[in-house]
Amino acid sequence: MQLTPDNQIFWQYGFVKINATMIFTWLLMAILAIGARLITFRLSTGLRRSRWQNVLEIIVLTVEKQIAEIGVVEPRRFVGFLGTLFLFVALASLGTVVPGYRPPTGSLSTTAALALCVFVAAPAYGIRKNGLLGYLRTYMEPSVLMLPFNIIGEISRTLALAVRLFGNMMSGEMIIAILLTITPYIFPIVMTLFGLLTGMVQAYIFSVLATVYIAAATSNRNSRHQPAAQQ
Amino acid sequence: MLIDWFTVTAQIVNFLVLVWLLRRFLYRPILDAIDAREQRVAAAMTEAEANKKEAQRERDVFHQRNEEFIRQRAALLREAIQEVKIERENLYTAARKEAEDFRTRQQEAMIDDCNTLKDEILRRTREEVFAIARKALADLAGVNLEQSMVDTFLGRCRSLDAEERSELQAVLQSPVGPVCIRSTFPLADSQRQAIEREVAENFNYAGQFCYECAPDLISGIAVSMDGHQVAWNITEYLLALEQGITDLLLGQPSADGREAAIPATGYGTVMTAPPSFRGAGRDG
Repeated sequence: MQLTPDNQIFWQYGFVKINATMIFTWLLMAILAIGARLITFRLSTGLRRSRWQNVLEIIVLTVEKQIAEIGVVEPRRFVGFLGTLFLFVALASLGTVVPGYRPPTGSLSTTAALALCVFVAAPAYGIRKNGLLGYLRTYMEPSVLMLPFNIIGEISRTLALAVRLFGNMMSGEMIIAILLTITPYIFPIVMTLFGLLTGMVQAYIFSVLATVYIAAATSNRNSRHQPAAQQ
Repeated sequence: MLIDWFTVTAQIVNFLVLVWLLRRFLYRPILDAIDAREQRVAAAMTEAEANKKEAQRERDVFHQRNEEFIRQRAALLREAIQEVKIERENLYTAARKEAEDFRTRQQEAMIDDCNTLKDEILRRTREEVFAIARKALADLAGVNLEQSMVDTFLGRCRSLDAEERSELQAVLQSPVGPVCIRSTFPLADSQRQAIEREVAENFNYAGQFCYECAPDLISGIAVSMDGHQVAWNITEYLLALEQGITDLLLGQPSADGREAAIPATGYGTVMTAPPSFRGAGRDG
């Protein structure tokens, strides 16, 4: 039993390697991209549309609505980034019902990569919105004494994002693996279903937290700390 | 080591690629489709609103025209009813006038027929009466009818009352022309002389006499002078008969049975009527 799919390496040349994390990531990417392409190949702009188009429209509009409810001013600009975060994490969790599948979010490298993306994206959107000085000035609010704490908070919340998602996904995998060895099959099935719920919740939490961070970065300077909700 | 930095880098790249792919194939098309649909719905709503306003306007126009049409129809109906009343009245008046004219024509035709029949009856009656009287007088009494007429005329002249006689004498005192004696038949010389003598004696007349044969006198003798006339004939009989026939034809019985409404006065008329006739009249 390997703790992370990173250790399941299919090909390696020096430090360049192809492991299970990357393989399953590409698989999820292919499913998402091809599925989206197939569904959106013939989109209807009229009142009659296909069921799959309806499903995609519901997903996209729900994501946009959630982003707007959290406080982002122009939610449509962030639908691509935040919606992809949610879909990727959610689909990675849904895939656990397939035997032999290992979610890429069960890899700390993946969650760290996603957290780093959020860590970079939030300041990037903030700088685009308020300018570099305007964004940096937010770290010295309400007073300059808060600068180190704000920096530490920025780093720690990124670390928390990565570790929270990794811990939940990895623990679920581990529990199922352990139960497989000591209990009949009915218990792993139940735990798998429970893992689905946990995975969806984690996808929602990850996306909402990323949205909150971006909303805080793109909001006015005086209200930067207000929407910083934590789990 | 739980973190493999190459995997981290690869996953960052993978995630960015996934973001690009989904933005390219999912979000943008879906959001564009939604926007297009919303625009179409908005356009449809705008068009529907415009159509609704147009329909409302057309409905108002329709209601207005309908009310105007109803008013016009009511006015035309009233006018038509009035015209029909007038036309009916005209037609009724024309029909009544035509019926009246027809009735008048019928009455006139009937009166003409009555007159024609009456004339014919009078003519036939006169002929028959003359024939019967002549034959009866000749067969039973050996008397000539014409001579009897002259005698009767002379007798009546002598039997005039004093008032009539004086009036006729006053007329004859200032004659404007000769006294004209008219008769149905040609008078013989003896008869003329007897009449002249009788007139001269009774009315003190010494003037000239003229004689005239008048078929319309109907079996009699008449003496005409300055608009006055003394006559005896059977005209009165025939007039009474004519009146009786007329009443019979018209279905109007006379007031006293068959008696004719002939004037009973007249100084120049002398005739002893038969039991069923009483005639007296003034000619001229």
